[in-house]
Amino acid sequence: MSTPLAVRLAALAASSDPDGPPPTPPAPEPLTNHPEPLTNHPETPADRPHPPTDRPHPPAAHPQVLADRPDGTVVRSGRTVAKAHAPDADPHDLAARLRIAAHPLLHGILLPPLPLTAPDGFLVLTDEGRALSRWPYGTPVAPDDPAAAPWEDAARLLARLHAVDPRQLPGPVPPMRGPAKAAHALTRLRAAVDAGPKGAVPRPLRAAAAAVERAWYGLPPWARGEAPPPRAASLCHGDLHLGQLVRHPAADGRWLLIDVDDLGLGDGAWDLARPAAWFATGLLAPDIWTRFLTAYRAARGPALRPDGDPWPELEVPARALTVQTAALAVAKAVTGERALDEAATAVIDACARMASLPQQLAPGGPVVR
Amino acid sequence: MQCPKCHAPMHTYNRNGVQIEQCAGCRGIFLDFGELEALTRLESQWVQQAPPPAPQAYPAAPAWGAPHHGHHGHHGHHGHHRGLGHMLFSS
Repeated sequence: MSTPLAVRLAALAASSDPDGPPPTPPAPEPLTNHPEPLTNHPETPADRPHPPTDRPHPPAAHPQVLADRPDGTVVRSGRTVAKAHAPDADPHDLAARLRIAAHPLLHGILLPPLPLTAPDGFLVLTDEGRALSRWPYGTPVAPDDPAAAPWEDAARLLARLHAVDPRQLPGPVPPMRGPAKAAHALTRLRAAVDAGPKGAVPRPLRAAAAAVERAWYGLPPWARGEAPPPRAASLCHGDLHLGQLVRHPAADGRWLLIDVDDLGLGDGAWDLARPAAWFATGLLAPDIWTRFLTAYRAARGPALRPDGDPWPELEVPARALTVQTAALAVAKAVTGERALDEAATAVIDACARMASLPQQLAPGGPVVR
Repeated sequence: MQCPKCHAPMHTYNRNGVQIEQCAGCRGIFLDFGELEALTRLESQWVQQAPPPAPQAYPAAPAWGAPHHGHHGHHGHHGHHRGLGHMLFSS
């Protein structure tokens, strides 16, 4: 993150007047850099309601970097956070997604953004064209105990999100970016391998990259972002994981979904497919997957048949998300000149099994009559 | 041969001596006369040899999923320990 962007985000997060432009601070406060994205930062007194005073916000809250990744930087100041969206984010689509998050139909489902430029203006652009937005702070999911995570809440929020009638939203509603993100992960993998350490990528990483590519080409074009999806009538989150849930108001409000950067019309099964893929690859215990699945069905989530085997709907998106996860893991291992960890190995092994499925059915390969 | 459902080409596979056709598009399977009986016969032979089923039902999983061991959650490879949890918090 560049220093001007950090200062701009800190000022935006600290600005207290939502109807006016964000003030420039006389001297930037020091930034506290926390390496763990959105998950493991201590609560500060600013989380709790404080008695009304003459000061609009507590002076002790130093800006704190909650996440700093190529696709987004988030800085917190007290009860507010500011986000710099991905540099390649389309400002028009992003503005549409922010208006949806602020729409009354999404109340209690998505965390609403704070107004920036006008009552319905939730976005400002930096001189470099980087989109910035401003949000209330919410308490994230504790990172150390998957069983204690709000799986049922996540499932119910998705069921409600998928049931929203998109025709009642401020349009046009952009497409859900899940397949595009998967394709981007493959692009990143190829770039990492091409630029590998002195041209020599270690053999296990090359083998992993090849397994990921084979699994990728076993997917139908829509799941690779190359064709419209066969089912695209639902409002979808597009990038569900445990970092996408916060309690608002902090620290004991209700759970809400955050991060609308990939929100849009698509197949709701995509949002369920990441927990499904974690279960399938052995990263998530079967009983936790069952809790999530049962809660989604109990809330009448429309993306799955109401009972029976859910995999006809989940199969393709869960494969795509497994390939996406594996591609990013291999890309990071190549770029960082690291070995693959246990979780990366689990998703790469799943890619290898996907690629070998027809051979598994017929040991001698297909015989075309 | 073409799939009667989606009209993609169907490929023939030999599984345990039984010829089956699978659609390259929708993955549906076509069985000739007598093939279902042959598969059922093979299945009953396998069931007779198989150990008793696990007491708790394992949720449905795809063919490319990780192998599991009937009883679940006890072997430490399901995300209960450090090293796997970070994946649950990233894209």
